Amino acid sequence: MIVELGHYALVLALVLALVGGTVPFFGALRGDERLMSVASTTAVAQFVFLALSFAALTYAYVASDFSVQNVAENSHSLKPLLYKVTGVWGNHEGSMLLWVLILALFGALVALFSENLPLKLKALVLSVQAWIGVAFLLFILVSSNPFLRLDPAPFEGRDLNPLLQDIGLAIHPPLLYLGYVGCSISFAFAIAALIDGRIDAAWARWVRPWTLTAWCFLTLGISMGSYWAYYELGWGGWWFWDPVENSSFMPWLAATALLHSAIVMEKREALKIWTILLAILTFSLSLLGTFLVRSGVLTSVHAFATDPTRGIFILIILCVFVGGAFALFATRAGTLSQGGLFAPISREGALVLNNLLLTAACATVLVGTLYPLALEALTGEKISVGAPFFDMTFGPMMVPLIIAVPFGPFLAWKRGDIVAAGQRLLFAFGAAMAAVIIGLALMGTPAALALFGVALAIWLMVGSLSEIAFRIKLGRASLGESWRRGAGLPRSAWGTAVAHFGLGVTVLGVVAATAWNSETIVTLKPGEVMSIGDRTLTMDGFVPLSASNYTGTGVRFTVREGGNVVATMEPEKRLYTVPNTPTTEAAIKTFGFSQLYVSLGDVSADGATVVRVYWKTLVTLIWLGTLVMTAGGVLSLSDRRLRVGAPKPSRRSVAVPAE
Amino acid sequence: MLLWIAMAVLTAAASLTVLIPLGRPARVQPAHAGAARSIYRDQLSELARDKERGLIGEGEAEAARIEISRRLLNSEAPDGDTRARPQPAYRLERLAAVIAIPLIAIAAYLYVGSPQFADRAATAARQTEPTAMGDIDELIARVEAHLAANPEDGRGWEILSPIYMRLGRFDDAVRAMGNTKRLLGSTAERESLYGEALTRASGNVVTEDARSAFEKALKFDPQEARARFYLALSLGQSGRKDEAIAAWTALIASAPADAQWLSAAEAELAQLKPTATVPETPATVAPGPTAADVAAAVGQTPAERQEMIEGMVAGLAARLETEPTDVEGWERLLRAYTVLGRPADAEAALERARAKLVEQPERLAVVEKAAKDIGIGKD
Repeated sequence: MIVELGHYALVLALVLALVGGTVPFFGALRGDERLMSVASTTAVAQFVFLALSFAALTYAYVASDFSVQNVAENSHSLKPLLYKVTGVWGNHEGSMLLWVLILALFGALVALFSENLPLKLKALVLSVQAWIGVAFLLFILVSSNPFLRLDPAPFEGRDLNPLLQDIGLAIHPPLLYLGYVGCSISFAFAIAALIDGRIDAAWARWVRPWTLTAWCFLTLGISMGSYWAYYELGWGGWWFWDPVENSSFMPWLAATALLHSAIVMEKREALKIWTILLAILTFSLSLLGTFLVRSGVLTSVHAFATDPTRGIFILIILCVFVGGAFALFATRAGTLSQGGLFAPISREGALVLNNLLLTAACATVLVGTLYPLALEALTGEKISVGAPFFDMTFGPMMVPLIIAVPFGPFLAWKRGDIVAAGQRLLFAFGAAMAAVIIGLALMGTPAALALFGVALAIWLMVGSLSEIAFRIKLGRASLGESWRRGAGLPRSAWGTAVAHFGLGVTVLGVVAATAWNSETIVTLKPGEVMSIGDRTLTMDGFVPLSASNYTGTGVRFTVREGGNVVATMEPEKRLYTVPNTPTTEAAIKTFGFSQLYVSLGDVSADGATVVRVYWKTLVTLIWLGTLVMTAGGVLSLSDRRLRVGAPKPSRRSVAVPAE
Repeated sequence: MLLWIAMAVLTAAASLTVLIPLGRPARVQPAHAGAARSIYRDQLSELARDKERGLIGEGEAEAARIEISRRLLNSEAPDGDTRARPQPAYRLERLAAVIAIPLIAIAAYLYVGSPQFADRAATAARQTEPTAMGDIDELIARVEAHLAANPEDGRGWEILSPIYMRLGRFDDAVRAMGNTKRLLGSTAERESLYGEALTRASGNVVTEDARSAFEKALKFDPQEARARFYLALSLGQSGRKDEAIAAWTALIASAPADAQWLSAAEAELAQLKPTATVPETPATVAPGPTAADVAAAVGQTPAERQEMIEGMVAGLAARLETEPTDVEGWERLLRAYTVLGRPADAEAALERARAKLVEQPERLAVVEKAAKDIGIGKD
């Protein structure tokens, strides 16, 4: 009964999405307030019904109800409980349900927490959100229904792909979907504004918290996916320029650009058309990602579905929404009024440069991702556009961006003084140069390119903090005064500095892990010793493993540094019983910010084991940096002006409160 | 019953979410200009705070203040028609909420849903419903446990292997049959079952290992039908058409009339045989039964198999309605109806082919020739 009730709730959600997409929409066109107010209740109810539906599917997974086809195909009664739950979205149908659940969640949040939003705009935003909901709910019910039943039910499920039986599945997809789907809100705001015909600085402020939220989740989601691939796939890479990774990276680049251009729109009412375009673009790229992953166009761990009808369905959704949005944009963009003017060297100018570089980088990634697919479709020729392409195109575009980032916050609005900004950044420049000189002295000229990268990272990190240091007069006023000023600084200023600093941390991690990565592949027997850098690994022997749904062998290594034992590591090879699939589990040990990574290859009968050992210098900084970036986003989100229930002037106290 | 009550509650809730906002006066929500003004006022106070703290230069602050004030003034324009309108009664909308929502939802649910299904948690099902299949499940668990303790019991492996095959656990079947052979010794049957498991495990492709198993089986017993069936299939799969035809023909000739695999073999043969007159066009692949269909047919009951064949024939007939130029298709259809003992259908199909191909006499001639060979359409 629970499963069927969940199925019915899914149908009801579709019906409510239909209502929510039409009634308030016509209400907004006619100026009828009651019809418009239907948007909020249906948006919330849609979320409640989808949550019910999702809970029902989760119940079917936890109870191992194999009469549900989706459960039978993707679960197993012996699987640990955590993976039964995460298995709900470890497959195409269930993950689509999570997708629409999050879509409805955002709709409900807009409905509940936008008291200060004009009713008409709110009704239009929720209508657009409901249209997206209708499209994807139809898609689910018609071609990807997770509630289809089997009669007779099988006695055991086919189990989840062992690669997915990992805590990563609990974290990565929900975060990524929160990011992807969160972009739908900026999209809905953009479409609503185009229909309404009012696009002003206030619009930019209303949409900002949603964009920022989506951006934070997208950053975390991509980063966690990267870390998951790093430790699970067993070959020590953290980014492969795989089309699926790219399709999550493109919305991120566009969302980052959107975040920055929306600042200009909010402060100066300039770049309106561009901001709207970016909002449409960001969600379009999210949809493109969804299409690539689910159409069977790509083959990868992420490609769930190889059913061409699903691909065509999503392609239609993609065409309707993207095409419709751009058509609307084309007809309305000309009517938008011009905003404030600004000199090329100004805060606005810096943000425009940021946008140009980010969108160009995004276009590069798009070309690198789609060109091989298009070529294969047209000529049947298979080419691989891998890391070399992106290193040569994406990399050089990031260099001017990174150089420019610290300048931005120092430039005044309208007309900036680049010389003064440069003077304030002298310390950061000095720090970067010092790193290069010390590095050259220690490692010599072969490391020059890597040291350039390190210098960029340090420039970015110190440069971001310089802005805060300047604002709080660090060193020029007493510490107490600086502290008071620091506490009084708007949180969005802190957010900017922290996020830029985080980017620097990630860049440092990327450069170091790429340039000073060492890798050794050896065949060891128990008792034998290998060395990597100044550490040695001794293979102690085999350890048998068994769990409810796999058996395996672990190999224990003792890691010594200068004769002292510093760690023991135990990489594993597992054999999952249903379906019969072997996996390798790497062992990772963190030393400072660097990591030692051990993964097992083939084991021959006499105990000789192929062992791959990597030393990854500063590799954890890659992900720590993204966490810092996200923290910056959260800080910015907590800024006074974005808090729920915009402050009313009367609330302002006499003393200037901390923000 | 409980399901329907719960569904009714949900439906009522859904209708209410539309009815309630229609029924109450809209809460006071800011109109656009008002909402925008509050943002601009907020921006002004923000600016004042920044200035107070010395975070922003005098000149810059003044410029920004003027700009925001201008925006504030511009937004003073009224929001269009704000006069109170007579509130309509929303009769149509309310009626729709009460009737259309439940109607659409129930209709859509009945189309996609399966209300007759109860939940069936795996653990509960095993305890309370000892069905025939449940027994198999239990049997497997018992035998598996036994074999885990006594892995050298060849008899146990031999019992388990065909069960694995029926459940589609082909990799396990390969392992079980391999152990059987190792422990109990090779026989024609064991080799050919082993080969079959290997074939099914690799997606119905007769692999090198499988073929050598079938060849071993034939060394023990040259008449072993299963081995001969799969070897013929492998000849077809490796493109050795003539040898495959010879092998299928010989196999069919020696088959007992009630052999379950006979029609599958005939279907394979029909697919391979070149038509008498059509010139060799190697590019076209006859969309006959795939190896998977055939292999599936082997394991089916006669009734199921009959149904599958009927389904394929009906599919072919339907396709020919839209692609009447496929002469090979017509020939296969005529042959299939004849083999299935439906001569009337064969005649009817021939008539349809004549009608469809009336403007393409050269194609029709091929079909006519084939019909003559099969022995229909004499009048």
